[in-house]
Amino acid sequence: MSKSWDVSEISKWGWSKHPVGAVIPEPATTNRYVTGGWRSLRPILDLEKCVHCFICFIFCPDSSILVENEKMDGFKLEHCKGCGICAQVCPKNAIHMMNEAEALGLEQCLLPDDDKKDKKEDKSA
Amino acid sequence: MTKVAAMVGTDAIAEAMRQINPDVVPAYPITPQTSIVETYAQMVADKLVDTEMINVESEHSALSAAIGAAAAGSRVMTATSSQGLALMWEMLYIASGLRLPIVMTNVNRALSAPVNIHCDHSDSMGARDAGWIQLYSEDAQEAYDNIIQAVRIAEHPDVLLPVMVLMDGFIISHSLGRVELLEDQPVKNFVGTIQPPYSLLDTKNPPSFGAFDGLHGYYFEVKRAQAQGMLNASAVIKKVGTEFAGISGRSYDFFETYRLEDAEYAIIALGSAAGTARTAVDELREQGERVGLLKLRMFRPFPAQELVDALSHIKAAAVLDRSDTLAGSIGGPVFVELRSAFYEAEKKPRLYNFIYGLGGRELDINMMKQTVETIQTGMSDGVVQSSVAYLGVRE
Ligand code: SF4
Ligand code: SF4
Repeated sequence: MSKSWDVSEISKWGWSKHPVGAVIPEPATTNRYVTGGWRSLRPILDLEKCVHCFICFIFCPDSSILVENEKMDGFKLEHCKGCGICAQVCPKNAIHMMNEAEALGLEQCLLPDDDKKDKKEDKSA
Repeated sequence: MTKVAAMVGTDAIAEAMRQINPDVVPAYPITPQTSIVETYAQMVADKLVDTEMINVESEHSALSAAIGAAAAGSRVMTATSSQGLALMWEMLYIASGLRLPIVMTNVNRALSAPVNIHCDHSDSMGARDAGWIQLYSEDAQEAYDNIIQAVRIAEHPDVLLPVMVLMDGFIISHSLGRVELLEDQPVKNFVGTIQPPYSLLDTKNPPSFGAFDGLHGYYFEVKRAQAQGMLNASAVIKKVGTEFAGISGRSYDFFETYRLEDAEYAIIALGSAAGTARTAVDELREQGERVGLLKLRMFRPFPAQELVDALSHIKAAAVLDRSDTLAGSIGGPVFVELRSAFYEAEKKPRLYNFIYGLGGRELDINMMKQTVETIQTGMSDGVVQSSVAYLGVRE
């Protein structure tokens, strides 16, 4: 893997500094930015039911199934679009889709009190 | 040793392609281009080349496949005409924007409506701002020579732009002409192998092509860089044109002049009309008229300064356009650009525009002479008639 392309100053680059034809000299990747922001449904995993067959991993069009120690380990929500394919293909019905707004609300309730305070401060900042 | 053959234009192009042996040729048939890809497909089937030929379902797909293959670092060629070129439209800009050195023959044919399969330049002239280099050919020989040079021009690291080689439909594409063919080896040496700056197949450093410019907005910078490629193309086209003489004895420039140095009046034409104009010039010269010809080969980039230098001593010139901008009374594309080139020049000829040959309407030597008579009368009367006239239209 080549060294990561440094684009931190790209907004200041003159026209001759850009690679010819607007080529990005590294493989297509959205690793470095969030593309899951417009999801309206969120996959929720029931670990009890999951048999770690990885069918969801194969089918997810956004490579958003996380794997840890050869086990299904939830979803990469920064990139999951909420398409629901994983829920559809899972042979064990271990995934269900939840309304994203509800999920966010739930997340907010589940946050420890300190984090909630931080978030509020972030918003006002 | 060169071989002389009687060939139609489309075969001359296919023969040049055989000698170049591109990696990929995605193509879709359309009159009058069809015989290029038909002949080439036969060459592929006969294993005379090792090109991967991709039969696609439309010209949009033909150029899309060409773009993909070129991004993979292949040397890619294709061919089209008229509606086919029109269907390629959005891909034309992507090919040039991604700086992919695709070489395409466009056999000039009128654009519908009404449906017409004959020659005019409305197809390629409409694409004049698509960022492609455009080289026009007077005959099959020039088309053959242009294709070979186009590979070098397109792939030059200072340029990296797609090149369109233009050839008049039927008049050149389907007429037998004398063509001097080069040996295979000198052509192969001349074109060399492609050295793409990036390749999708480079597994060590895989790049990404055609990404969204983000909301940071660097589109403007990329277009400015593209404009530079077109600017750089002039010097490269000149150099390649001179080098080509080394293997063929025929050198090429932005344009060619004929009896122009001491001329008072000039005809400016591109494509097959230049041959008719040359004969008209000879006949008028015999009658004592000081007439010359400037045949434009390179329309993109437009050699504005060089044209001004070559024509400033002329009293009046007849600029021939085989297409109309349909923009009111401003005339055809060659005229509009030439007139613009002269705006700041101190010495300039009076320029008259003759739009001719639309939909393949015949242009003969007498009509060509008539353009010169018209500009001569215009000059001596001091009465400036309309600068834009339609030549050969039934009134
Ligand atoms: S498809 Fe279902 S059972 Fe299989 S790994 Fe994914 S969540 Fe688990
Ligand atoms: S919802 Fe779609 S994008 Fe998200 S993890 Fe499931 S399959 Fe992947």
